[in-house]
Amino acid sequence: MNVLVILVPCSLILGLGALVAFVWTLRSDQYSDPEGDAQRILLDDD
Amino acid sequence: MSVASCPGCLAAAPAAEAVGRDTGLPTHELILPGVHCVACIRSIEGLLNARPDIAAARVNLSRKRVAITAEPGLDPAPWITALTGIGFEAHEARDAGRHAQDDGLTLRLGIAGFAMMNVMLLSVAVWSGATDATRDFFHWIAATIALPAALYCAQPFFRSAWSALRGARLNMDVPIALAILLACGLSLYETMHGGEHAYFDAALSLTFFLLAGRVLEKRMRQAARSAAADLAALEPMRVTRIEGATRVSVPVEDVDAGEILWLAAGARVPIDGVLVSANVQLDRSALTGESDEISVTQGAPLTAGEVVLTGPVTMRTTVAAKGSTLRRLIQIAAQAEGARSRYTSLADRAAGVYAPLVHGLSFAAFVGWSVASGDVYHALTVAIATLIITCPCALGLAVPAVATVATGRLFRMGLLVKSETALERLAEVDTVVFDKTGTLSAATLVVPDAMPDAARAVLKALAEASAHPLSRSVLPALREVTAAQLDGVTEHRGNGVSGLWQGQRVRFGNSAWVGVGRGTVLALGATHHVLERREQVFADATETLSRLRDMGLEVHILTGDVAANASRVAAELSVDHVHAEVGPEAKQDLIEALQAEGRKVVMVGDGLNDTLALTRAWASIAPGTALEASQNAADVVLLGQHLSGIPTAIGVARSARRRILENFGLAACYNAVAIPLALAGFASPLMAALAMSTSSITVTLNALRTKAKL
Repeated sequence: MNVLVILVPCSLILGLGALVAFVWTLRSDQYSDPEGDAQRILLDDD
Repeated sequence: MSVASCPGCLAAAPAAEAVGRDTGLPTHELILPGVHCVACIRSIEGLLNARPDIAAARVNLSRKRVAITAEPGLDPAPWITALTGIGFEAHEARDAGRHAQDDGLTLRLGIAGFAMMNVMLLSVAVWSGATDATRDFFHWIAATIALPAALYCAQPFFRSAWSALRGARLNMDVPIALAILLACGLSLYETMHGGEHAYFDAALSLTFFLLAGRVLEKRMRQAARSAAADLAALEPMRVTRIEGATRVSVPVEDVDAGEILWLAAGARVPIDGVLVSANVQLDRSALTGESDEISVTQGAPLTAGEVVLTGPVTMRTTVAAKGSTLRRLIQIAAQAEGARSRYTSLADRAAGVYAPLVHGLSFAAFVGWSVASGDVYHALTVAIATLIITCPCALGLAVPAVATVATGRLFRMGLLVKSETALERLAEVDTVVFDKTGTLSAATLVVPDAMPDAARAVLKALAEASAHPLSRSVLPALREVTAAQLDGVTEHRGNGVSGLWQGQRVRFGNSAWVGVGRGTVLALGATHHVLERREQVFADATETLSRLRDMGLEVHILTGDVAANASRVAAELSVDHVHAEVGPEAKQDLIEALQAEGRKVVMVGDGLNDTLALTRAWASIAPGTALEASQNAADVVLLGQHLSGIPTAIGVARSARRRILENFGLAACYNAVAIPLALAGFASPLMAALAMSTSSITVTLNALRTKAKL
């Protein structure tokens, strides 16, 4: 069961990483125009 | 950024760059009902960003708006004109920058999701047989994640439950808050005493699924609110005031009594006043339903809401903007107690049954087990487990998930749903009442079949040059014709249009001015053609009405117009129930009378005289061309397209209602299995997790089946 000492913190850090990424997407306003962002991929002039 | 190719833009671009492309928050927002793809985004942003007076413009496709950063208080009229020039209808939005508030609901949802997944992983280890120290260790880790997360994420429920309890009421949030708190409390106690069962995962998944429902609900409410704001923007917000020799564009709210305003042809009278110019023709149909235009002379009173057909004219206001008839009518409509406030939503009705049931069962379980076994601790565990398992996860998602899907589908089809319960009410209607003028028909000039092709070409050229709606009404009939080349085309205010065609003087206008014939006349030199004025039913009216009848709805026509006109239109559309010469109050009484017979009426109307009827009806629909007051009173507004949206809206509403009821049924099925087990004391954290997640997922998947099936 000693492996838990490594695995539990590992899983927590990974989860925390995902949470930080989510907070970042929220801060940088990535949910205000999902449809437009999907279409903007097709713009090639900037 | 790419730079446009004209010299003006080349000069302007550095200036715009100097202002800074992302300086601060947007100052203006324009509503763009027509934007739908990446090409639209490109041309709109290209056009606006090239302007020297705009620092930055960004299109939001989901909201169909463009946010513009510029000098605050700048008049957006030139931008709107420029956008119209490249084919985009645009309106100024009043609520610019006000939408962005998110009270952290999405963040809470994200945190709850993160915590739920981690605790779930730990729980899986416990369920698969972790014992003793390992189990306690996992429980402790779960507790350190779950307790702060639940306390933070579930705050909206705690707050709502607390305010309900303070008012001595019970709402859906009371069992929810209680279940979350008790699940956390019981689990913490069990963890500290090395117990077997901890419900941390249940507390978190409960929070997560319910928050998901809340987020959907909030998005929908926001969409409904911004739909209402979109409509307010269609009212003239800015008017042209004459100050000495100059014309200034000012917001309509700033206009006082006794000021001189300038109105273009086709403009709506913004405020009550008197006519300063010589005589003018008015379209009063929005106010009274009359389909004939009326002529008024200098000094005659003008009422807000009338449309000036022969412009431009000047008028003097007699009241300030706030005292205007239009405003007063809007206020009356807003204050009238409508079906909206009398209707209890399906979710509230379900909550009314559910909340007492959950509390009652848990309490019964506690009393029952205490008496039967004498073990108060065990009885409490069973009671809490019952509360956790019966908690309305799926119920919290059942309505918002369906409503989000349905309003989203309708929005994409150009239908704005303004009221939260509109779809539920629309699903129940069995009678459709149409207003005639403006909704089913409009006055048009009929091009005689005998007219030669050369005359048709001239007519098209003259009609295109005119701003008068009646003149322009011949254009759809001349779609195939190529317009003739004319020289020196001039519009004669109040009379018609004239020009030179192959050296010949051609005129199109009223007979008194042309000098021959009667009514409206097209004169080519010495020959002339009389164009008959008649009321034309909209192209899609017949099909829409037959679709509505196929759906089992009874169709009525209700109009303020004279009986002869009404029965002719009714005959054309084969409608049996016609009520003509009905005033605004009488319209309302008629709707009431129909509803007193036990019918549920959906009123479709666009005029001010329909406002009261719209408010009174069980549900209401207004076309996008309607006045602000009627659009405010209506539940659903059809943008862009015309009548065909009505059967679609009712179809989607019916489908949505069916899904909501199915969802309640599904949630009830899960509970029917889970509750007896919980009451019997067999409830385990694993069972709670299974019941909660599967029922929530089933309900959401079922919501996706909502469609526009008839």
